[in-house]
Amino acid sequence: MTTTTPAIRRARRWRVVLWGALGLIALAAVWELYKLVGPADGWLIGAQEGVTGSGIRLLPRTSDQAMPHAWEMFTRAAEPVTRAPGALPLGAVVLLAALVSLGVAALGWLVGVIVGFGLALLMLGFRIAERAVLPFVILSQTVPLIALAPLIRNWGSRLEFGAFSWESWMSVVVIASYLAFFPVAVGALRGLQSPDAAHLDLMRSYAAGWWPTLFRLRLPASVPFLIPALRLAAANAVVGTVVAEISVGFTGGIGRLILETAVAASSDPAKPWAPILGAVLLGLVAAGFVALLAAFLSPFRRQETVA
Amino acid sequence: MTGLPDTAIATQLTPPATSEPRRRRTGDRPLRRFARLVLPPVALFIVLVLLAELVVVSLGIPPFVLASPSAIWTQLVQYAPQVLEATLVTGFNALVGLVIGAVVGVLLAIVASLIRAIDGMLAPVVAAVAVVPIVALAPVLYTMFGSTSEVARIIIASLAAFVPVFLNTLRGLRQVRPVHRDLMRSYAATRSQETRFVTIPSALPHFFTGLRIASSLAVISALVAEYFGGPRQGLGSAITTAAASSAYARAWAFVVGAILLGLLFFALTSLIERIASRHR
Amino acid sequence: MSNPAPQPTAAAPEPTQVADATEAVVVREVERIFPGAKGATVTALTGIELTVHGGEFVSLIGPSGCGKSTLLRLIADLDEPTAGDIRVFGKTARQARVEQAYGIAFQQAGLLPWRSVAANIELPLQLHGMGAADRRARVAELLDLVGLADFAKHYPDQLSGGMQQRVAIARSLAERPRLLLMDEPFGALDEMTRERMQTELLRIRAETGAAVVFVTHSIPEAVYLSDRVVVMSPRPGRITAEIDVRLGEAGERGEDLREDAAFFEGVTAVREALHGPAAAAAAPRGVDVR
Repeated sequence: MTTTTPAIRRARRWRVVLWGALGLIALAAVWELYKLVGPADGWLIGAQEGVTGSGIRLLPRTSDQAMPHAWEMFTRAAEPVTRAPGALPLGAVVLLAALVSLGVAALGWLVGVIVGFGLALLMLGFRIAERAVLPFVILSQTVPLIALAPLIRNWGSRLEFGAFSWESWMSVVVIASYLAFFPVAVGALRGLQSPDAAHLDLMRSYAAGWWPTLFRLRLPASVPFLIPALRLAAANAVVGTVVAEISVGFTGGIGRLILETAVAASSDPAKPWAPILGAVLLGLVAAGFVALLAAFLSPFRRQETVA
Repeated sequence: MTGLPDTAIATQLTPPATSEPRRRRTGDRPLRRFARLVLPPVALFIVLVLLAELVVVSLGIPPFVLASPSAIWTQLVQYAPQVLEATLVTGFNALVGLVIGAVVGVLLAIVASLIRAIDGMLAPVVAAVAVVPIVALAPVLYTMFGSTSEVARIIIASLAAFVPVFLNTLRGLRQVRPVHRDLMRSYAATRSQETRFVTIPSALPHFFTGLRIASSLAVISALVAEYFGGPRQGLGSAITTAAASSAYARAWAFVVGAILLGLLFFALTSLIERIASRHR
Repeated sequence: MSNPAPQPTAAAPEPTQVADATEAVVVREVERIFPGAKGATVTALTGIELTVHGGEFVSLIGPSGCGKSTLLRLIADLDEPTAGDIRVFGKTARQARVEQAYGIAFQQAGLLPWRSVAANIELPLQLHGMGAADRRARVAELLDLVGLADFAKHYPDQLSGGMQQRVAIARSLAERPRLLLMDEPFGALDEMTRERMQTELLRIRAETGAAVVFVTHSIPEAVYLSDRVVVMSPRPGRITAEIDVRLGEAGERGEDLREDAAFFEGVTAVREALHGPAAAAAAPRGVDVR
């Protein structure tokens, strides 16, 4: 019903960016405010002079070691990684690592999407497959299967098939795709099953078989359901990559960098924030990529149900 | 990582029953229903377990690739107390995180639904948090709270839980049907009456949907945060410790504990959601 | 639609006549203009003059977009006119709403899905502070009136559309209003249910003696129910004709009236007013009769 001209939409988009920037500034302000007024060593339950009490620290430490100033997180990124001569700026190292992780995550996402979509087609074609597999697909979303990551790590050094040897980045791809395929399988199946009975009857009256119905009706109809699933899959692939890099011991990616810089946090507190911001950037880029994909598919999304 | 909030929209948009009463399908005999719904997945599970056992044993697959189900079972029985203890630690973190995340999510959703400026600032930030690996914050949180403390893990779990609760509750608060708004206006109802009689009941099922999605995320996040350091207790720590000492079957036993914990959280929150949205 | 953006009228329009408290509704010179896209405006209603006497049943009929629902919303003070004056029992529409001078029913029953049938009917009484015992007694009366005594503990999703609509009508009658506002309450029902509901509404109305403003786009429905049919036309929404059809006292109208010659005369008269006499004659009988 509402008609929006491109100009209005553009204005609205700018307003969202503006509000978002304001939100970030507010967040930084809260950070700095707490740093200013909060106790230097945080607050522990039952703590008294000279006694640490229960050891459960409910309020965080505000010392510069624990909470660097918000701006230091950014200025630190411009400084060299280490004191070694010729070291790259931290920001460049983070970006390079983020790029590596992006590649791995993208591969994991792609594998996950292909497997998930294949599974959806299988479930669409065979009712018994749907009944047997779907409960597992749904349950597996609720279960911390990422717990498997440390187990898959061991494939890295030992698995060999003749000339082919299993590299550790493949373990990361496996875990990333593992997390990515669930939402795709569920979303694609729901989308492929979304056409009305009237539309299916229409195709039937045209004597269109299973495959023509799939390509002319079910696939286009599945797009509005697929886009959110792909977005979720991208977010999951990024999370899977970051976590898997840590537990698999794959070096070069952003996840490993987070762990490495965290070790240096006591002497260089602003350092671990750079790769964290890198991971945030990674997630946003992945979501942006799906948004781009969605823009290309926009003709099929006229009926997308956005509340 | 927001789960599937779109599911919530899809179910909301199903047209209300018009002329025919919407009866529960009681025509199905319970036995046949059971056979149709429960049997296939259970059969698949048994087949997969047997197949794994057969393949691992007959092909001599090394345990670092896949432990045999029987070996996992033996370890699970042998280490039952340890598995239970680790599950309780992680489960406690997840539960506290879930409660905190849900409370903060609801409060902020209410504030955002009332004040446009807050909504404008929160919406892009939450949308960004939803696609970002929250667990990446774990190392710096360990520094802020001290590495012997579980508080960092609880914060990770509550952050992960906060996102779906906030998004779904906010959507629910905005989805009051126009006819109900008109009705309350025609009754000259006060603002607090409208909130109590219409807005909150309309939003409740959405909140519980968010809570259901959040419960899984809280468990996963609490567990994954353990991979990033902190005290050596809980399921995640136990899995890495066992895997590092090549006790693969034992690691799998802890994975089973994690799966059961995830299922428990999911089952409880789904039940609450089912009860809350009975008459929709 | 539910976006009332009343322009602040500089000079509050004085009532053009001494407010007569015996008239249920008096609408004078009412205009409603909605702001459209890009500064354009949509004139939903213009120059509306309407009086509904106490105890009278008046139907508003017309094609989609003629503003009949908008007019009802203005009377109910769910929306405000951009010009003109509306009086309900001599009070302003706003005052009448605040004092609960009317009951209202919508096309969608608008029941709260988390409340049982009894609790839904009870809602206005509860909102306006009636005691629990009095509420229970009144709800029982109303359930009897609409024939749903056995369904008090059911929930809306367990009822058919017709039953839901009967609950909505019971709810609109809860506070014994002297004016009922109904916006296509039977619009979503099938024809058989619809005719039964119409007869029931006539019985209820005879028992309560309330005035009714009834929005519909069904000609036979308007003729069967009304004392007077107000015909409206769109672009801009205005009243084009008023037809007296009173087919006997409300309580005495039965199903056989639908076969009566007077009924068909009324239908023809309303149809001619809607389409013009030539079109009405050319249209094969029964096509437009819902």
